[in-house]
Amino acid sequence: MWKHHTKLERNSLPLVIAILIVVSIGGIVEIAPLFYLESTIEKVEGVRPYTPLELEGRDIYIREGCYTCHSQMIRPLRDEVERYGHYSLAAESMYDHPFQWGSKRTGPDLARVGGKYSDGWHTDHLIDPRSVVPESVMPPYAFLAKKTLDYRAIEDKIRAMTRVGVPYTQDMIDNAKEDLETQADPFAAPTKFQNRYGGKVLQRDFDGDPDRLTEMDALVAYLQMLGTLVDFSTYQAEAPENRR
Amino acid sequence: MSKRETDEVTGVETTGHEWDGIRELDNPLPRWWLYVFYAGIVVAIVYWVLMPAWPGVSGYTKGVLGQSDRADVVRELQGLKELRGAQAAKLQKASLEEIEADPELQAYAQAIGQSVFGDNCATCHGTGGVGTKGYANLRDDVWLWGGSLSDIHRTIEVGIRSDHPDTRFSQMPAFGRDQMLTAAEIGDLTEYVVALSRRKADAAAVTRAAPIYEAQCASCHGPAGLGDQTKGAPNLTDQEWLYGSSRADIRGQIWAGKGGVMPSWKNRFDPETLKALAVYIHANAGGQ
Repeated sequence: MWKHHTKLERNSLPLVIAILIVVSIGGIVEIAPLFYLESTIEKVEGVRPYTPLELEGRDIYIREGCYTCHSQMIRPLRDEVERYGHYSLAAESMYDHPFQWGSKRTGPDLARVGGKYSDGWHTDHLIDPRSVVPESVMPPYAFLAKKTLDYRAIEDKIRAMTRVGVPYTQDMIDNAKEDLETQADPFAAPTKFQNRYGGKVLQRDFDGDPDRLTEMDALVAYLQMLGTLVDFSTYQAEAPENRR
Repeated sequence: MSKRETDEVTGVETTGHEWDGIRELDNPLPRWWLYVFYAGIVVAIVYWVLMPAWPGVSGYTKGVLGQSDRADVVRELQGLKELRGAQAAKLQKASLEEIEADPELQAYAQAIGQSVFGDNCATCHGTGGVGTKGYANLRDDVWLWGGSLSDIHRTIEVGIRSDHPDTRFSQMPAFGRDQMLTAAEIGDLTEYVVALSRRKADAAAVTRAAPIYEAQCASCHGPAGLGDQTKGAPNLTDQEWLYGSSRADIRGQIWAGKGGVMPSWKNRFDPETLKALAVYIHANAGGQ
């Protein structure tokens, strides 16, 4: 049987086809089950699709390449749990497309940065990281505070998210712009917005510049939500189905 | 085409391929390499049996060892708790004053406090707590919300202007932005504040500003400018300035009435850690 490999090696097309078959077996066995295995995602309370402002913030996070230096994945190791809090759950990034786990930590992990520092600190820090953390090597993102947020495409962005399985409702899509403006305005009526995204949602002027809706507003709103969604008081970490 | 023949020099068979007169010896793979390769295959199969490995239709093979990273970390954290056991239990029971009175317990609390401070507090308050513009210096003896052990503990617990229901809260009016005072009045007031901190100031402006200070500022900062820690109103007569000591900084603060936010740490730390942190900060500052 081994003698026949010369036939494959001498005919490039059959060789390519054979390579594809062999490689795809590996891929199918390793990857395909993850798409339909429900057991990979824990059952938790509280995880919701991102609000329109948070979604815009996440897009800025990706655009600026924050993920190249910051992970969003607290691994189940003692040191990490002691430093950052409860290890990350699959459920926490189930509405992330693409997920932002990252694999490089030049800066700290951000999976639970929400609520850890004030909005003012985030703004100061993004404008000039060394003004608050002198030893920081992070580049400044001062332009975010000057740049008005362009959210003309927010409805389409949310529609795109529904295509990959994020359960936004038609109501959420129709009111995306209104919800986005409401979240950044502490004086706007919160009821409808909260009905759509839950009572825990943050609503305030995130960047300390009440006159304008900037990219800083969106990014800080996103950061302040990270890791705060899961209700850990109802999560059974010890349950057999949540063991990994 | 391919003709296997024996190479004269080495006595090894060739592969039979020939490129421009160059022929390739068909040496076998080194034995040690082959054996490592076969051993690798065996190890992989044993690993599949012992550890979680193969995904299936409704779950995955758990492996006979029942290994779980998440169970491991719980066990490790439990081990840490036991390691800290006796001291942690003491810390839990003791009051803040008792911790400071017991040198051994204080050293333990300080060690915990230092590590937690570095991870969580230094981000705003600076390495060692020296602070920066807008973020309070925790190493001096000037306190906005009180520097006693219980005051510090309370501030860490509920935060300042945070989302905790009992948060410490006060709001300085934006006298300029909200047009409560004119630019000229704010200019005079700036001189008044400069004079309060025992620096040289324009005497005429100070005289003009005195009634304005009395009407607008004295209710929080006190008639003599000594501040009020129940309202987080800073003492204006000392040399410590949260938002800067220059005339431009002072004018800016009267204009916009900035107030920083400190999050509540109650849900991030257990009660022992909160106490340890308070003891650490109190011991490293000119506490009250």
